[in-house]
Order: sequence, then C-alpha cells, then structure tokens
Amino acid sequence: MTKGLLFSFLFHSLIIFLTMLTLPFMMREPIDLPPIVSVELIEIKDKTYIPFAPKARKIIKEVKEEQKRVVSEQAPPAAKAKEKPDRIPMPEDKKETKELVKKKQNPEEIKPQIRQASEFEKDELFDTNEIAALIDKAKEEQAETQRKKQELTQSSVKNAFAQGLSLSEEDALRAQIFGCWSVPLGLPYDENLLVRIKLKLKPDGRILKSEILDHARMNTPGQSFYKILAESALRAVRICQPLKVPPTGYERWKELQLNFDPSEMLKG
Amino acid sequence: MKKIIFILLLSILSWNNAHALITVDITRGNLDPLPIAVSPLHVDTESEKIPSFETSTLGEEISKIIEKNFKSTGLFNPLKKDSFVQKPDIAHLKPRFEDWRLIKAQALVTGKLLIKNNKLKVEFRLWDLTAAKEMVALSFTTTPNNWRRVAHIISDKIYERLTGESGYFDTRIAYVSETGPKNQRVKKLALMDQDGFNTKYLTLGNELVLTPRFNPTNQLVTYLSYFKNMPRVYLLDIETGIQEVVGNFPGMTFAPRFSPDGKKIIMSFAKDGNSDIYSMDLETRVVEQITKHPSIDTSPSYSPDGKYITFNSDRSGLQQIYVMRSDGTQVKRITHGSGLYGTPVWSPRGDLIAFTKVRKGRFYIGVMRSDGTGERLLTENFYQEAPSWSPNGRVLIFYRETKSDSKGKGFSAKLWSIDITGYNERRLKTETDASDPSWSSLLSK
Repeated sequence: MTKGLLFSFLFHSLIIFLTMLTLPFMMREPIDLPPIVSVELIEIKDKTYIPFAPKARKIIKEVKEEQKRVVSEQAPPAAKAKEKPDRIPMPEDKKETKELVKKKQNPEEIKPQIRQASEFEKDELFDTNEIAALIDKAKEEQAETQRKKQELTQSSVKNAFAQGLSLSEEDALRAQIFGCWSVPLGLPYDENLLVRIKLKLKPDGRILKSEILDHARMNTPGQSFYKILAESALRAVRICQPLKVPPTGYERWKELQLNFDPSEMLKG
Repeated sequence: MKKIIFILLLSILSWNNAHALITVDITRGNLDPLPIAVSPLHVDTESEKIPSFETSTLGEEISKIIEKNFKSTGLFNPLKKDSFVQKPDIAHLKPRFEDWRLIKAQALVTGKLLIKNNKLKVEFRLWDLTAAKEMVALSFTTTPNNWRRVAHIISDKIYERLTGESGYFDTRIAYVSETGPKNQRVKKLALMDQDGFNTKYLTLGNELVLTPRFNPTNQLVTYLSYFKNMPRVYLLDIETGIQEVVGNFPGMTFAPRFSPDGKKIIMSFAKDGNSDIYSMDLETRVVEQITKHPSIDTSPSYSPDGKYITFNSDRSGLQQIYVMRSDGTQVKRITHGSGLYGTPVWSPRGDLIAFTKVRKGRFYIGVMRSDGTGERLLTENFYQEAPSWSPNGRVLIFYRETKSDSKGKGFSAKLWSIDITGYNERRLKTETDASDPSWSSLLSK
C-alpha cells in the first residue's frame, strides 16, 4: 500500500516538475525579431575624417587647387586690361598666355573628378534627412530593446530583493561607511585583514547588536593589530548610525554582515 | 516512510523562505585624522609645591605636549579645549560619553597627577567614546623634572593603542648643529628631544663633526670628526662625555653606523683613492674587511636582523645601491633607475630601504623595498639628504639646505620629517641650523 502511494507520489511530482519546466515555453509566443539595421556612429568634428578620406582628400585638394587656379586665372584679366593693346608682346608674356590658356582648359577636363569629391565635401549631397531617419529608427529600436531589458532587470531586481540589497542600496550603505571608517595605519601588509561584523538593526537603521565574528583572533598573540582593526571597524559602524538602509523591507536587512578589508586600500 | 515524505514535502515548501545573510564588503575607509580630545590632567589638591616649576598648570602642560605630538603625526586631530564640556577631575573618573561624542570626538584622554614625597605620579586613561569603553589605563611614577618624558611616554602608549604600531615620541634626535657663515661654519654635535626641547651640545665646535649615529641602547653615538687633520670615526658616551677614535686605521674612516645588536661598528675606510667597507667588533677590537673592490663602496647600513648590509658603490660606473650578505658575499645591485643613488638606510621594520637620489640636479628622498622594487620618491628639493628612520619605521627625518648666492647669503640647513606615505612633511624646530639627523630608538621599551 505504502509502496504504491510512494510510487504515485514520485510519479506525480515528476509530472508536475516537468510541466513546470515546459509550461513557460509553451505559453511564450514566438518572438518576432525585427531585422537588424546596423548604424555606424561617426564622431563629427570640425573636420570629419571618413575611412576613405585620404583618397577623397587628395581629390579635394586637387580640385581646390584647380579652383584656385581658375580664380587666379579669372582675376588677372583686370590687370591685363590695363595693358596697352598695341603693346608688342614680349616672349615671356607669350608663354604666360599660353599657359593660361592651357589652364583654362583644365577645369573642364577634371569635372567628373570634382563631382566625385563633392560626394564627401558638398553639403547638398550629404542627405541629412536620410541619416536623421536612420538615427530615429535606431533610437526606436534601442528603446525597444531597452524596454525589454528593463523588464528583465526589473524581474531580476525583484529576485534580488528577496535575497539582498539592490546595487544602489548597497552602494549607499557602503559609501556611508567609507566616510566613517578611519583606517588604522599601522597594519601589516602581508596579513589577512578581513574583519567580519554581524549587525542586528532596528527599523530606523540604528544598531541593536553588533558582533565581531572572528572574535578569537582579537586576543591572539602577535595579532594585536587585529584588535585595533576590528575596533576601528566597530567604531565606524557606530559613528555612522543610523545606517542608510532601505526604507522598506526591514525583514530582509534586519540582520547584516559587513566585511571590512583595508588590504586593497593599503597596497594601492 | 510517511516521515520521509513529510520531510521531503516540508523541505520543498521551505525552499523559498530560506535566505542568506546580506553581506556588504567595505574595502575602503578614510585616512582623515582621528578626532581626539585630550582633557587637561587633573592636578591632585594634595600635591606638594615644588619651587622649580608651576605645579598647578602641570596637568595642562602635559596635555599640550600630548596634543602637539599627536598633531605632528598627521594621523590625529586634537580638538580645541574650548569645546570641552566636562571638567578634568570628573572626566577622569567617569566621562559623559554623549557629551564628548557631541563635539565629534572619537577618543578621549583623561588623567590625573600627584606630586608627593618629591615624586611625580601621573595616571591616564584612554576612552573609546563610540563604544563607551576604556581602552587603556596606566600610571607612571618618576622625578618631577621628567614630566616632559612622561607626556611623551603617554603619547606613545595612546598612539600604539589607536594605530597598532609603536610610537616614536619618547625619543631623541642627534644632529649636527651649524652656526656662522657658510664658509666658516661651526659644527657641533647636538642632542634634543624629538619635539625640539632639551637641546644639549656634546662637542665644543673646535673640530668639524659629521654623520652622528645612535647605538641601539641610545647610550653611545658614533660620528665622524677630525683627528690629526684626518677624518676619523669617533665613539662618544653621552652620559660620561668620554670620546675615542675607533680602530687603528692607517687612513681616513667615515660613514659609521652600529650593527643592530650594537656590538659592531660598520664604516668605510679609504686608502689610495679606493674605499671599502669594514666592520670592527667593539669588544675584541677585531677589524674585518667586508668589501674588496677597486671602486668607492660607502654608506653601509645593516638590515634589522643583521644578516644583510646595504651600501652604495660606483662599481657600475655611476653611484648605485647594493645589498650583500653581512659577510660580503652575494653582492647584488638593487637600483637601476636613472640618476645617482646614495645613503641607503634600512628601515627598523626591515621592509624598506630609504635613500637619497640625485637626478638632473634635483635631490629626492625616497623609499623602496629591500629588493629594489617599488621605488617611491617622497620629496623633491634643491638640496636634501641623509634620511634617518623613526623607530617604528613610519617617518623619515632628513635635512634640507637652501640655495645661497656666491657669498653664502641665504644659506640655511634645517631638519625636516616626512611620513613614508609622502604626506605630512614638516620642519623640526631646532635652536640653530641643523644637518645630519639621527633618530634614536625608543628610550623606554
């Protein structure tokens, strides 16, 4: 009879266990993953360097030079106008005009190059709307993933609540005690300097009871520094009270253990 | 069987209720000076009057010395007496902890003194104010003239109880007192308490003196002076004033220092431009040559266990610091940084070696581990050298000279101290200009 009962119990609990494992998977809807749009973020400075900029820069430089030449070629005519028409051209002048003529031809020749360069240079070709749209899209996606993450972290925080303090709560408490603890300076560097203090707290963060866990070590010969260290830690806790504990959830933090260890600080 | 099932069920149910104790790791604290209240010592009404000094204010004077000692460490912050709310006589018996906590004190020193039958009896108590507990209570009896020393001893006891390492207040400093213009300096051997009081001059200033060093019992000082126009190592008994030349060396000897057991003097002996390190047993007067190298080996200093010697040598071309076994074997160079290294001194704790470094015309005082690693330069200046350790190995004392013009104007030499953390640099008050300090060990052990 009892054997049958036991088998029944074990078998049923196995089934319950398996259902517990599999049910959530069944309930969950298949996630429809949106396609990933990768956006490369480029830091925009006064002068932006894009990966293939060297080549572009070269072209831009050439174009600029050409433009300069064009300008300088356009300007001289005013001076030239001053020249007397009946003036006999000197051999040098002749050369100059020839060169100028040549140069005049150049801009037309490299026109396609200019266009290539302007893809990086000219603002009109840089479609800002498109980028803005891309960024917007990325933001949306980011927000969505963040939301998902938050959901996750919130649930994990809830789990942590059941067991300990949240990171920010722990940080607040730690920062408070950092400020109260005057570390004695005569400590040896190569000894174990861990002092564990167990506290019982009142709901307002004041100390009901404090206890040094490695009490025996305090009176060990050759470990006199330990007593001084432990006392300094106790003093820190007492000076700090009321401790900065979370306003709620007294049950979970009414007992706290503080592990004081200055070795990192002394070495650094 | 049912029991087992019941237990199984129970354990499954109680699974979720079990929780571990919340632990928080505290790995940092502050190094702010500890606020401490030093209440003036209560003078017992039955005390006798002594003509040499004012008995009624003695309690206050002692508390002032304690406060000054604490302040000089940089580790304590003695609170102003104006804020004290309890009178010394009552405070000594039972302090009202809440009142003292109110002024943000973490520790309280109270005390009482009585002069009877020409004996001074001082007792003190150190209170942990946050725990409302007595931490230490002691009493001392001595002749009334020793009242300053009592104050220093009390400071040491409190320092030890609060920091975990021994104090250094009941100590003396031997140094070279300097007076007169730069090119005609009169140099005397001088001795003072660690706080600059009770200065005594041990030599008259007829001969140049340099590099005084205490022996471990603080009764003898070895130093360099001139004998027949030749620099020689001397030995002086502080109590009797008897001095003698150490050893019968056919040339100049310098840079002396005692071994940790006080039985030997180690020094440099120079002959024909080459100097090596020698030791001499003070009882048997047997001389032993320790280094044998055609370079300048000098400034030897023993490790506290006496097994090793650190010294500086230019055997590699530039002056660097070396460590060897005390018999002269296993010589190992420990400094490799740029610049010149000199005057190595082994810490009384044994872990560090202090040194002077010269680099690009600037002088540094620094510390490093005894294997040469972990070099830390604590202070930089125009000219400074000759570090000497406090007996607890926490503070270094050295001297610093200022720049002078071609006529020697603007020149001065002063004693300075610095914590091995590089903080708390302070000038020590001396009656005259001073150089070559040497810190004694604790007078009361």
